[in-house]
Amino acid sequence: MKGFIIKEFYHIFRDFRSMIVLFGMPVVQVLLFGFALSTEVKNAPVAIIDHSNDQVTRAITSKLLSSGFFILSDEVHGEDHIEEVFRHGKVKEVIIFESNFASNLEKDRQAAIQVIADASDPNTANLLVNYTSAIVADYQQEYMKGLSLPVAITTESQMMYNPALKSVFMFVPGVITILLMLITAMMTSISIAREKEMGTMEILLVSPMRPMQIIAGKVIPYVLLAFANAVTILLLSYFVLGMPVKGSLLLMLAESLLFIVMALSLGIFISTVSKSQQMAMMLSMFALMLPTILLSGFIFPIENMPLPLQLISNIMPPRWFIIIVKSIMIKGLGFQYIWKETLIIAGMTLFFIALSVKKFKIRLE
Amino acid sequence: MPIIEVQNLVKKFGSFVANDNLTFSVDAGEIYGFLGANGAGKTTAMKILCGLSAPTSGKVMVAGYDVSHQSEMVKKRIGYMSQRFSLFDDLSVWENFQFFGGIYGLPSAKIKQRTSELLGRLGLESEKKQLLGSLPLGWKQKLAFSVAIIHEPYIVFLDEPTGGVDPITRRQFWEIIYETANQGITVFVTTHYMDEAEYCNRISIMADGKIVALDTPANLKIKYNAANIEEVFLKIARS
Amino acid sequence: MPTNSSIIACNITKRYGEKLALDAISFDVQKGELFGFIGPDGAGKTSLFRIITTLLIPDNGSITVEGLDTVKDYVKLRKILGYMPGKFSLYQDLTVEENLRFFAGIFKTTPEANYNLVKDIYSQIEPFKNRKAGKLSGGMKQKLALSCALIHKPEVLILDEPTTGVDAVSRIEFWEMLAKLRANGITIVVSTPYMDEASRCDRVALIQNGSIMDIATPEGIRSNYKRDLWAVKAYDIYRLLIDLRKFKSTWTAFPFGENIHLSLKNENTNPSEIVAYLQAAGHQNVQVSKIEPSVEDCFMELMQGVKSE
Repeated sequence: MKGFIIKEFYHIFRDFRSMIVLFGMPVVQVLLFGFALSTEVKNAPVAIIDHSNDQVTRAITSKLLSSGFFILSDEVHGEDHIEEVFRHGKVKEVIIFESNFASNLEKDRQAAIQVIADASDPNTANLLVNYTSAIVADYQQEYMKGLSLPVAITTESQMMYNPALKSVFMFVPGVITILLMLITAMMTSISIAREKEMGTMEILLVSPMRPMQIIAGKVIPYVLLAFANAVTILLLSYFVLGMPVKGSLLLMLAESLLFIVMALSLGIFISTVSKSQQMAMMLSMFALMLPTILLSGFIFPIENMPLPLQLISNIMPPRWFIIIVKSIMIKGLGFQYIWKETLIIAGMTLFFIALSVKKFKIRLE
Repeated sequence: MPIIEVQNLVKKFGSFVANDNLTFSVDAGEIYGFLGANGAGKTTAMKILCGLSAPTSGKVMVAGYDVSHQSEMVKKRIGYMSQRFSLFDDLSVWENFQFFGGIYGLPSAKIKQRTSELLGRLGLESEKKQLLGSLPLGWKQKLAFSVAIIHEPYIVFLDEPTGGVDPITRRQFWEIIYETANQGITVFVTTHYMDEAEYCNRISIMADGKIVALDTPANLKIKYNAANIEEVFLKIARS
Repeated sequence: MPTNSSIIACNITKRYGEKLALDAISFDVQKGELFGFIGPDGAGKTSLFRIITTLLIPDNGSITVEGLDTVKDYVKLRKILGYMPGKFSLYQDLTVEENLRFFAGIFKTTPEANYNLVKDIYSQIEPFKNRKAGKLSGGMKQKLALSCALIHKPEVLILDEPTTGVDAVSRIEFWEMLAKLRANGITIVVSTPYMDEASRCDRVALIQNGSIMDIATPEGIRSNYKRDLWAVKAYDIYRLLIDLRKFKSTWTAFPFGENIHLSLKNENTNPSEIVAYLQAAGHQNVQVSKIEPSVEDCFMELMQGVKSE
């Protein structure tokens, strides 16, 4: 058994191409998404409707505009025109100061800024609103310095076209899910199919090794590698993309491990039904990749799908894992909120393992 | 007139010398047996002759063209068949001929004429519509050979064409080779069956990247004082 | 019931869809015997070997190996079998030593434990033990594959076309190795498409189209050949073949190296008759001599018999 695992590692580390797929793809994918995201928010055209035009609003305006994230567009001449300019796509965000801003702040110790963003591009919209709030909060800190009593500038944000921001921050959970799914399922199915193609499976079968031992020997190295991958992706998304991990990191890793085992058992199942490496590859690509991308809610919100597709999405393991990742990383929820999804994935894992052990032939066809 | 002329052919892979200064020529219409142990450099030399790989140095002329920079012209004038290369199992016999004839740019009238000619010779005209996969291995090998000469090449390269074929079909295959050579097509063949080496007009034996013997089978047997070519081969390989 | 049988096969039939791969074949292999299945590709050798090695279930019939049924007792049987499939199934990206260690490992043993058995063979490739198996020559791969199949000290060794695609020298060396193993008392079953290798076996089965045409010692096979056989030689061998086919008493004429082997319909033909016929046809240097048939002659004669039936 030990010898089997060692041999499997030799295979992986000696094959340059699979090394690239294993370790290169996650890094490239995460960086690609991160890069695509960060370039979008520079110099976003923004319109400012200042009903107050006092020294405070002017100070906030200049702070916003000097941040580098925004450039002023003077397209908007009143609240009635906001929708029109958004529709033309000339402006990404509109900032509205209420009237008597400075005096409200002085008298009532609070004043309001309304931020309206074009959320048809939800990632950008979300970032712009976050930047705006951060800059205003920063100004608030400075303003309070000489004062004994606290003041509050509230920013009310409003997303147009996609008010609930259904897919914001979806992409990191989505990327994690797709990568874990693809790498683990594809690599195991290919490596088992390769033994069949090379004829070495014949010798393994004619040895006293039990099917479970052969499967475990093939799979354990990939569990370890996929887990290392999951950690890499998490680190990258945390440090490079600024993706928060609000919930328990331990829980997150444990759930990832469960999902990896699920993907592996799916990979074994694929290999039991495919005769060659190419077939395993095709099956992994079409049976896993496309549904994962299209039906898991990664790109298209499940709520917007026609009912039959919504039903199909229920049997997509990635759908549940994406919910788990979002819950832990973004919402910071604990296990009591995701036990149902965890149970579903665990059930799927058992199902695929049982199926593969049953399908895994102790003989040739 | 030589149809293949090889002068001081050297092929290196890094520091490994696969072909070490080969010089030989093959006459038009000759059956030339290219023998050697596994790893002696036969496959490398064959790839160079077919224009699939460029020599490191030396001059290789095939059908009047230099393989180093006129490989496209060479490829049009040669045919190739190997034990590993097989026709498409999921196409019919006729569709296979049509496809490969098309690859060599033959007009469809010509393909038709050549197909009925070649199938007539094999006596397989009635199997024209059958899927290739349903035919016995021996027939497939003969068909693969016919496809390799559909464009009437100057030379046909045969890489272990009879491996694993039953003894009667193997002999029938050689009769087709004789017929082909009689029509003026040069045959360049490798084989592991030493009795087949005797069917060649001339053979060369390679060892460690070099040609160590080149003559008619009869002369080689005299030279090495051997009863058959297998003995010649063993004497060379063990020295 | 002979107690010294190692393998007993009874009416083995195997179909793939419409195609009949093995047609009710029966045979037995004695303990310690070197037994050869001789036949071309597609004869059914690989299917038969996969049934012997428990990899396939026959549609009909049964095989026992050392008293163990290949279907029911496959778990026990797999422990005592050594199997070398066609195409030298090795891990191309592992080194020579890693391959050997791995295959020992799956049988829960080590290369050191049974080193004596493989020493003769493995020592020839040991200088290259750190080379990847994919970089070995055909002959060396074959030696490594045999070492791997032997490393757990099997009682029965099953070798599927071990000499296919290997040059003449390596083939001879390989048979010399098998002869040594046989001296160690291992039962060896081997298949090959090379008819000349039959003489290396204790007994052979000639197999064609899923049926066994004959089982006997190589001498026994040759003595079953009933016709007179002549080796004919002349200057232009291709024309000689064509003319011999036209000869009135010719049964078969097949090229054999530099000769043509001619068998005749009626036994009492005088060689001078053949010479006269050929000289009349304009052949020079005609030589005719009576010869003993080879296994290949017998195989072709049996094939002809099957066809004319």
